[in-house]
Amino acid sequence: MITAARSEADKEAGHRRLNRRRVTSLLLVAPLLIFTIVVFLLPIVTILTNAVASPEVSTGLPRTSLALAGWHPADRNLPGGEVFDALAQDLSEKSPERTRAVAAAARRLNYEVGGFRSLLVSTERAVKKSADDAGNWRERLIGMDGRWGDIETWQAIRRAAPAHTPFYILSALDMRQAADGSIGMVPENQRTYVAVLMRTLKVAAVTTLICLALGYPFAALMVKSGRNFAFMLLGAVMLPFWTSLLAKTSSWIVILQEQGPLNKLLIWSGIVSSPLQLIFNATGLYIVMAHMMLPFMVLPLYSTMKGIPSHYMKASSSLGANPARGFFHVYLPMSLPGVGAGALLTFIVSAGYYITPSLVGSPREQMLGYFVAFYAYTSVNWGLASALGLMLLVCVLALYLLAGRTVGVRQIAGLR
Amino acid sequence: MKISGKLTGALMLTALVGTSFGAHARDLTVVGFGGSVQDAYRSAYWEPYAAEKGIKFIEDTTNGGLAKQKAMVETGNVTWDVVQMEEDELAIACSEGLLADVDWATLSSYKDSDPAMFTECGVGAIVWSEVLTFDADKIKDGPASWADFWNTEKWPGKRGLRKTAKLTLELALMADGVARADVYKVLATPEGQDRAFAKLDELKPDIQWWESGAQPLEWLAAGSVTMTAAFNGRITTAQGEGRNFPVVWNQQLYSVDYWAIINDSPNHDQAVDLVDYMNSTAPQKRFAETIPYGIANQKAMAELDPEVLAILPSAPDNLKEAIKLDSGFWIDHGQELTERFSNWVAR
Repeated sequence: MITAARSEADKEAGHRRLNRRRVTSLLLVAPLLIFTIVVFLLPIVTILTNAVASPEVSTGLPRTSLALAGWHPADRNLPGGEVFDALAQDLSEKSPERTRAVAAAARRLNYEVGGFRSLLVSTERAVKKSADDAGNWRERLIGMDGRWGDIETWQAIRRAAPAHTPFYILSALDMRQAADGSIGMVPENQRTYVAVLMRTLKVAAVTTLICLALGYPFAALMVKSGRNFAFMLLGAVMLPFWTSLLAKTSSWIVILQEQGPLNKLLIWSGIVSSPLQLIFNATGLYIVMAHMMLPFMVLPLYSTMKGIPSHYMKASSSLGANPARGFFHVYLPMSLPGVGAGALLTFIVSAGYYITPSLVGSPREQMLGYFVAFYAYTSVNWGLASALGLMLLVCVLALYLLAGRTVGVRQIAGLR
Repeated sequence: MKISGKLTGALMLTALVGTSFGAHARDLTVVGFGGSVQDAYRSAYWEPYAAEKGIKFIEDTTNGGLAKQKAMVETGNVTWDVVQMEEDELAIACSEGLLADVDWATLSSYKDSDPAMFTECGVGAIVWSEVLTFDADKIKDGPASWADFWNTEKWPGKRGLRKTAKLTLELALMADGVARADVYKVLATPEGQDRAFAKLDELKPDIQWWESGAQPLEWLAAGSVTMTAAFNGRITTAQGEGRNFPVVWNQQLYSVDYWAIINDSPNHDQAVDLVDYMNSTAPQKRFAETIPYGIANQKAMAELDPEVLAILPSAPDNLKEAIKLDSGFWIDHGQELTERFSNWVAR
């Protein structure tokens, strides 16, 4: 009995000890956890919500949005008089906050139908001027602007009224919702983003291949060579890594331009007769991107190759394999985790680049990041910027999961 | 241990006070479109004003767009005070509450100025014009219209155009033979928009896109473009540097840029005072003599030399075949056309 009781108490103490240790370890990782949530998860959640959020119309025109919920555009009738009255009421409030909210709704509706901004703003002015607020706004609004008599105008409000709409996501996929609610592709000559996404993935893939072709022998040489030479090679990779991206990009522009040193050298040596167009096109983009990305390829390769014992190759040749066979059957398979890690890292970082392509590429080499920046900074269409960012995120995540399945996440992270 | 703890505390406190003090005492920040027009603002307005008031000012530049203003007002971290804005963007920013709504009639310079230059949230800064120019030292028989600009058989070589839908689609329609009075009517229809893009398609391989107003003249001087669309004031500046770049006033596209004050600016009163100073007679005269852009102050206009008046976009001779940028049109169609344009450029 006594022993049983004692062992119970022991167990309890052990539990407590374990709990205390759990709390301590949780406290120890807390800063990391908070950091991850704040700088990693929150932005992603914000992007996700921004890409579908559409609060402008329901806050700018709350009564109209509510009243329109009971309207069925399918029977091709204009909404009832109460909807027109609700709109007039929404537009007649004079506080500056309300005016701003209506302006935001006008911006959102202008995405649906071009010209909606001035329609709403001019109607707002006219409604505020008319002193009496007696009903029958239906005729008066249509009298102010004939577009209020079009079913399409009201369908646009109805489409944009929910707090969440697929509008931005559809736009990012070159699709849109027609007036009747069906989803289809936009006209051929206005499709862009799917092609740009493909271009982005292509540029990232080609950059990765170039980096692999250059980085693999380079990393192998680093492992093979003596201490001092290896150190120099490491410096050659790391120095550009520590240099500012803009400084590197502008130096490349100087080197590769039409009257630049490289072209002069080529002409002087008689290799070409007239200067080559090496910059502001795809050639320049790949040269500069490969230079930027090389460290991301070389470092994982180097750390993997460093772990391959040198006597394995010796063993393979003593067993009669020629160097090529030894390489393909021994060295290459053992260095594959480094190849996987380097390639994935290079690919993901290149897919997100936009400053370099915009500086050294032509407009035809612009990548998705350029459009994200364009919509975020120039056009102030944060919804579409988020949707495009989301598209890239989904592609990269899919690739990561695929690589995780085939190569293994732990190997990519260099943990094995 | 105790002392060092106190010391750290004191240091942290100073740092905190320092940063919060710094946030409030930000110098007056003025933002223009850069290049020679900003040089003219600096010498005619900002430096004399700062010297007179004994204050410091910070300069920044913008290429247009509302994203920065919107981000500043929405996050409450307002780092600009007085900013130059194009007419359509001013109207949009004003209706969205990004700009301070000032009663301009209270300005001391109001009575001397053209009342049409004061709008909600903005005071007319310059009347500018986008015109065609070329290097007359290289081309003797130069182009005289936008149709000529498209003629790459007679004048081979690259063309400089501004990388925006606004100011470019209009030129394409004029080059395609649309009468200047009908440009915006045509551009408001889907067929008209297709027509403008189709016309741009013809020239696309020869277009070199510029984004800041200084670029086209640098390119023209370097010979990398044969002819270009450019802002008239920049061309005069280049002429002053000895370049033989004539201004083709035929089919000029003119508009007004405004000074606006960002909402919730911590330097609001100082900003209003600066706008008043910039709009007063003596500085306006200094400005128009430095760079030939139209000004709001009529007293200053009256004092200008006839030679200077003749090279302003608003001179009667220059206005004969001009069209005014329709900011109402761009408020409505700017979004869709800008997006379509940027997609088209990238294709």
